[in-house]
Amino acid sequence: MKKIVTKFLSAGVMIAIMFVTVNLFAQKADRSKVPPLGETKKLSLPSIQSFELSNGLKVVLMEKHTVPLVQMSVVVKSGSVNDPDNKSGIASFTADMLDEGAAGKSSLELADAINYLGVRISTFSRWHKMGVSLHAPLSKFDEALKIVSEILLHPDFPQKELDRIRNEKLTSLLQWHDQPVTIANVMFQRTLFGKDHPYGKPAMGNETSLKGFSVEDLKNFHEKYFKANNAYILVVGDVTRDQLISKLESVFGKWAKGDVPTAKLKEADQVNKRVVYLVDKPGAAQSVIMIGRIGTERLTGDYFPITVMNTILGGSFTSRLNNNLREQHGYTYGAGSAFDMRPYPGPFMARSSVQTEVTDKALVEFFKELNGILKPVPNEELTRAKNYVALGYPDNFQTVADIAFNLEEMTDYNLPGDYFNDYIDNVLNITGDQVTKAAKKYIVPDKMAVIVVGDRSKIEDGIKKLNLGEIKYYKVEDVLGKKPQ
Amino acid sequence: MKRNFVLFFLICSILSAQEKQISVPYTRVVLPNGLNVLLHEDHTTPMVSVNMWYHVGSGNEKPGRTGFAHLFEHLMFEGSENVPEGKFDEWLEAVGGNNNGSTNTDRTNYWENAPSNALELVFFIDSDRMWYLPDAMTQEKLDGQRSVVKNERRQSYENQPYGLSWEILSKNVYPEGHPYNWQTIGSMDDLNAASFEDVIEFFKLYYAPNNASVAIAGDINIPETIKLVEKWYGEIPRGKPVPPIDPPAAKLTKEKILMHEDNVQLPRLYMVWITPAAFNAGDTEMDLLAKIFGAGKDSRLYKRLVYELQIAQDVMVFQGSSKLSSEFYIITTAKAGHTLDELKNVIHEEVEKIKMEPPTERELQKVVNQTEAEFLDRLESIGGFGGKTDLLNHYFFYTGNPDYFNEDLNRYKGVSTKDVSAMAQTYLPQNGRVVLSVVPKGKTELAVQKNEGGVK
Repeated sequence: MKKIVTKFLSAGVMIAIMFVTVNLFAQKADRSKVPPLGETKKLSLPSIQSFELSNGLKVVLMEKHTVPLVQMSVVVKSGSVNDPDNKSGIASFTADMLDEGAAGKSSLELADAINYLGVRISTFSRWHKMGVSLHAPLSKFDEALKIVSEILLHPDFPQKELDRIRNEKLTSLLQWHDQPVTIANVMFQRTLFGKDHPYGKPAMGNETSLKGFSVEDLKNFHEKYFKANNAYILVVGDVTRDQLISKLESVFGKWAKGDVPTAKLKEADQVNKRVVYLVDKPGAAQSVIMIGRIGTERLTGDYFPITVMNTILGGSFTSRLNNNLREQHGYTYGAGSAFDMRPYPGPFMARSSVQTEVTDKALVEFFKELNGILKPVPNEELTRAKNYVALGYPDNFQTVADIAFNLEEMTDYNLPGDYFNDYIDNVLNITGDQVTKAAKKYIVPDKMAVIVVGDRSKIEDGIKKLNLGEIKYYKVEDVLGKKPQ
Repeated sequence: MKRNFVLFFLICSILSAQEKQISVPYTRVVLPNGLNVLLHEDHTTPMVSVNMWYHVGSGNEKPGRTGFAHLFEHLMFEGSENVPEGKFDEWLEAVGGNNNGSTNTDRTNYWENAPSNALELVFFIDSDRMWYLPDAMTQEKLDGQRSVVKNERRQSYENQPYGLSWEILSKNVYPEGHPYNWQTIGSMDDLNAASFEDVIEFFKLYYAPNNASVAIAGDINIPETIKLVEKWYGEIPRGKPVPPIDPPAAKLTKEKILMHEDNVQLPRLYMVWITPAAFNAGDTEMDLLAKIFGAGKDSRLYKRLVYELQIAQDVMVFQGSSKLSSEFYIITTAKAGHTLDELKNVIHEEVEKIKMEPPTERELQKVVNQTEAEFLDRLESIGGFGGKTDLLNHYFFYTGNPDYFNEDLNRYKGVSTKDVSAMAQTYLPQNGRVVLSVVPKGKTELAVQKNEGGVK
């Protein structure tokens, strides 16, 4: 150390700058082999705390005191699957209306209050849940919490805001006609689950249902499902259990319980042959391809074998689908696959957007990989996939929002308390046989729906020659319906 | 064994008791070959993030080679002398790591997030491409990534509604020859023209340690990490000084009215002004003004266009800050049955109003509070896109001070309502902006009209 310069800056920060000249006998790098790994370090997470408020409302907390932030969700355990048949989209509409007027405050007054605090309050609805999430600096948490409770428990559903949101949603439906990936998604879920199954319908609803909603409808839906015994609160951040209990008790302690109907979903018919659904999008520069069938539910015993199998097939950059379609052939910017696991079996899908001219060739490669995964997986590939998922797992626990996401899944599905701790071993213990078995059970290439949204005039002939199965032709309006007026 | 001289700065920030400060304490080392190294410890998870910024972006591209900096970024993952093709990703995934990169007008960055016990592997593969990329470059690799990038352009621009607007805007906001006159993705023709020789030349010009800075954060021991950086990066030879950019003046001196017909249902309006460069006087005010105009239901333009009049489906306002200059964007989509002139008239009124009359204290405080909350979010993750490594590099590149967090926040806190008004007056002239209408094919009557119905 040669010299230390210290000075004081007006901001009140003392900065010590040390100029040091070091004689450093550096090790020489050996580039002939991969450097050895150091000792693996364990992820150690703060404990998961669980308790109830005086009205029985369940609270799950993980304290994280590194940055003064709090992430919270109030989760109501009902969602789009609870939409009545003729009121498709009502869960989503109800969620969107929560912050459009509550406890006597107008939509703009609420927005002003929330934005002045600088916090993020979002209302949400999913297939099986809905609610409100909050991301706030600790210093603003108390005030934000009060607003969250108001919009959650006392929404006013003003008529003029309902009309405005309805108009926005109808306009979104119109804009879907521009969006090839949205068109493919709508077609894919309808094909897999059918028009009458909740998973087969867009959660936003349709023109007819949207035009039919009244203030009464929304109030009734809210009244029916927003009950303390049908909800839980999840908190991750810079707050202790003792502080939290009293804060939550003061705003949610009197939330009433009630009988809540549960949605029983009927079983959807599995895809039993291969059919190509070609949706014409004239002039499209790429074809959007989605291939799949019904997969499985989140609580399947096959969760870990499926996770490893899908990582190899299409769940990482080096996966077979991406390596083939992007790196080997240059047909696309990216290709992959995923299992969307829900309380009931959700879809498995392989997907990509490929250059129009190579649509048929890309389909060939898709099926090559879907068939290929049914054969035993080489050890090196298996180990890589397991390590990728297992050893990288701690990366999912950096921010309060990341942690809350994982903790929410754990709570939704009642996963065991040591789930996070056991996750890494559960992945590393999967064998090649288990992977192949999972592939054979869930990847059935000749019984899949093949959705292609692209320029029919340029891709039809090529697809026909592949003899993948029957080809059914659609226009965008056949998928999305007429453009709303 | 060879001797190295390392210049070593240690900077520690000590928080004052009275004032809340946001700070990311770091250690800076400059290797003899010019590589700047920024290190920060955070043991929250047993992970590390390595984030390398090369101080070259699409702004450095030569004529006829738009999109080259980004195409080159893709080639950096395709292997180098000691890392065979495909192994960069395979080796990293095999230890639980992730990686990505991105290119903008000013810089190209590459990051790897990995368990901390694999730090040396990350240094090996990342340093190898800084030194030995050309030794393993082939025409096949170039052609392969050319196809991928052309598909990226199709996916993100050509097959997206309104996707080609950005290219039209760049061309019209900046004069020919200005580094921001084209999009980072480049044109199909120029992507087709990129040659093997271009790759080698670009590497030699820009991919040298003296034109880069690397930030390393997470579960590390700083002295040990410095030794490893020395070991893997220390021997890479210094490159020649990088040729400077000499941009022609960029000033809009009239209102340019443009129209583009696209495969879309609804017309969309873009209004763009050239504004002060990142961290220069005026940049802060324009950033805050963008929020006053467009952040939240209660912001000025959203409230009028979307909430009250309901003639627009959405409105987005932002100050896009870059090294040479920035752009201020107002973008809004008309609802069915409304013309872009209707939208433009409302925007015009609001822009002229803020020039005459400062925002209220509460309006300003609101957007400062939002900004302050965003700063806390940035301190949580060690890196990737965003996060501490990316920000240490960002601040170092744009301000020279990697831990500029608190100064950055203070520049927002120091703005007055009058400042906002004054900057709007200076930088949002009526006769110096680009107005682009994107309309459904054949519906040109929905566009902003040149001679009538526009600005009065």
